[in-house]
Amino acid sequence: MRIVVAMSGGVDSSVAAALLAEQGHDVIGLSMQLYPSTASGQGPSAGSGQVPTDGAQASATSDERFGSCCTLDDLHDARRVASVIGFPHYIVNFERQFQETVVSNFVREYASGRTPLPCAHCNSDLKFSTLLDRARGLGAEHVATGHYARVEQRADGTWLLRRSSDEDKDQSYFLFSLTQDQLARAVFPVGTLTKPRVREEARRLGLRVADKPDSQEICFVPDGDYAAFVARRQPDVAHSGTIVDEQGQQLGTHGGIHRFTVGQRKGLGVSASIPLYVLRIDAETSTITVGPRQALEHSMLTASAVNWIALEPPAEWVSVTAQIRHRHRPAAARVRSLPGQRAELVFDVPQPAITPGQAVVFYDDDVVVGGGWID
Amino acid sequence: MQRVYLDHNATTPVAPEVVERMMATLREEFGNPSSVHHFGQRAKAAIDDARSAVAALIGGDASEVVFTSGGTESDNFAIRGIAEALEPTGRRHLITTTIEHEAVLNTYKALARRGWKTTLLPVDQSGIVSPAALEAAIGDDTALVSVMHANNEIGTIQPLAELARIAKARGALFHTDAVQTAGKISVDVRALGVDLASLSAHKFYGPKGIGALWIRRGLRLVPVLTGGKHERSRRAGTENVAGIVGMGVAAQLARRKMVEEGARLGPLRDRLEEGVLAAVPGTAVNGTRASRVPNTTNISFDRVEAESLLIALDLQGFAVSTGSACSSGTLEPSHVLKAMGFPPHRTQNSIRFSLGSANADGDVDRLIAVLPGIVEKLRSLTRTPVRA
Repeated sequence: MRIVVAMSGGVDSSVAAALLAEQGHDVIGLSMQLYPSTASGQGPSAGSGQVPTDGAQASATSDERFGSCCTLDDLHDARRVASVIGFPHYIVNFERQFQETVVSNFVREYASGRTPLPCAHCNSDLKFSTLLDRARGLGAEHVATGHYARVEQRADGTWLLRRSSDEDKDQSYFLFSLTQDQLARAVFPVGTLTKPRVREEARRLGLRVADKPDSQEICFVPDGDYAAFVARRQPDVAHSGTIVDEQGQQLGTHGGIHRFTVGQRKGLGVSASIPLYVLRIDAETSTITVGPRQALEHSMLTASAVNWIALEPPAEWVSVTAQIRHRHRPAAARVRSLPGQRAELVFDVPQPAITPGQAVVFYDDDVVVGGGWID
Repeated sequence: MQRVYLDHNATTPVAPEVVERMMATLREEFGNPSSVHHFGQRAKAAIDDARSAVAALIGGDASEVVFTSGGTESDNFAIRGIAEALEPTGRRHLITTTIEHEAVLNTYKALARRGWKTTLLPVDQSGIVSPAALEAAIGDDTALVSVMHANNEIGTIQPLAELARIAKARGALFHTDAVQTAGKISVDVRALGVDLASLSAHKFYGPKGIGALWIRRGLRLVPVLTGGKHERSRRAGTENVAGIVGMGVAAQLARRKMVEEGARLGPLRDRLEEGVLAAVPGTAVNGTRASRVPNTTNISFDRVEAESLLIALDLQGFAVSTGSACSSGTLEPSHVLKAMGFPPHRTQNSIRFSLGSANADGDVDRLIAVLPGIVEKLRSLTRTPVRA
């Protein structure tokens, strides 16, 4: 079967491609170029003041150094894997689509006082959308990635998304918005393996990327300074506002709501006798409300653009375990659907830092029941 | 899978005679041409023969030919060499065009950052630079005008003689990047009236890694590569003897076969072009068809991403390109098509077909047979992007 493998140059997608090739599939490796290709080996974003290198493609952000992932070096790694294993590899330029679907959403969310989850958008709006279209144009009906997740088909033909075998690496959280059609075309070859096993396989296959470190940060903000990234793209976010307590009393000022996320404790610039956490971000008034930890815990949330995978939107309460961050231990809750593709969820035990903009994903054991965007 | 190579402007297969002579050189003429002894003398003789052959290809003198590592180095040498040599005279203005190869454009950018004033002449949708535009832009402080002989992406030939005349009248020097014409069509540096010309061996069936800069006698350039006195102290570094020999043989072969090949490829290219336009709806040729090298056609395909078409064709064995190959292997919107005033989508939906020795009638037929189906499939899958 002809399969396109989305290759980042990392060990997971490399092994995914190699395993499929070993199994006899007609593999085509595609690497997405997501940002302008400046010189390889670029380090963290240096901000303005740097002279663009010769050959840098002119762009609004030509002073930036993108990428902790999918840099030129990474694309070369992917190409090397393809030539070692023996399948064709191409690079597709998705800069514009990446800007439109992932980056602009990222900036907009921060500017609205929300904390975005770009990887989820990249999966549903780019990898299993635009890239899938390209794959089909090349005669491949499936796209494989190096995600740690599993898909399987039920007896009735519907598709399920499950956590990966490696619980620690599980990335199903970022795939919650995949539709049935997308799941039917998704292949996750390493979803049944553990990370150590994947590296072992890479070594067995003779791939140089076997020991390549995983990229930890959001791929397009390699230095982790999201605030600076957002401010460069939308300078008007950097206007000051007040920090208040729950009674509305002003405790201090801040230089832009984009620098904050719910649950944040550091960088408030406010001294108090007890630790204070960001409780709410109000974009309209540019106000950050802070309070003690107990105030951070809530039981209830509502979500929008909810995607139900394993069942029809339930009008009645359904018991699930719910995860509100990638690194959040799923907690028992009940959820039901609301009109307008929304849902409300109540945790059995209050959870800290329910953050607007993040995803809430509902699980039934290791099966993804559905998920949505926290209001 | 049977493969058809339609990307001769990117590079050409090395001619068998070239390979033979290079192998012989590697085996037997290992001497350093700078050595005084017998071995050095033989190696020197070999490169001198090649020098004459390259000079003959462009109507120049052997003493005016400097061997380099390729077209890019030749461009760098010509532009930087003249700019720096003329700096003390106060001539600090450099002119070129928007459709040049990146080797020229980025060298100009580098000099601009160091304080030179640069002007990029526009082109219109025909892809031809207008002499009037040069006339308007040139000044008494212009040191150099650089205009490519033929554009690598669309094949259009620039009116060099006229442009060179204008430059000369204002006391400016004229360089042409002749990488896409040398060996394909007649390049007579005297008739054209240029002062410098860049050549690249791998574009006319020679090896990669070797090129030349023709420099009109009497011109002084500041060298880019400094060191020993090689190439009459113009370009330091022990000569790539085998490469130079290869370039010499390729130049000889090209000189002999150029007219005949041109006469063969022109109609073949026309056949491909007409065939595609007729068989695939929503196609158009980019650039004027009137003044072009005989082997090139650049065609835009409505509602198709060039990238996808290129990959799909490769998977079926047809090697084509969108314009400039680039080290990252990625495809960026063509700066040439953009400069010609085409809207963004047209800069990303065009394919360059460039024919050469590897092609025969059958290749064109095979391409025309599969292209419509591929394009239709890609068009049927076009969707508007999802906005988050």
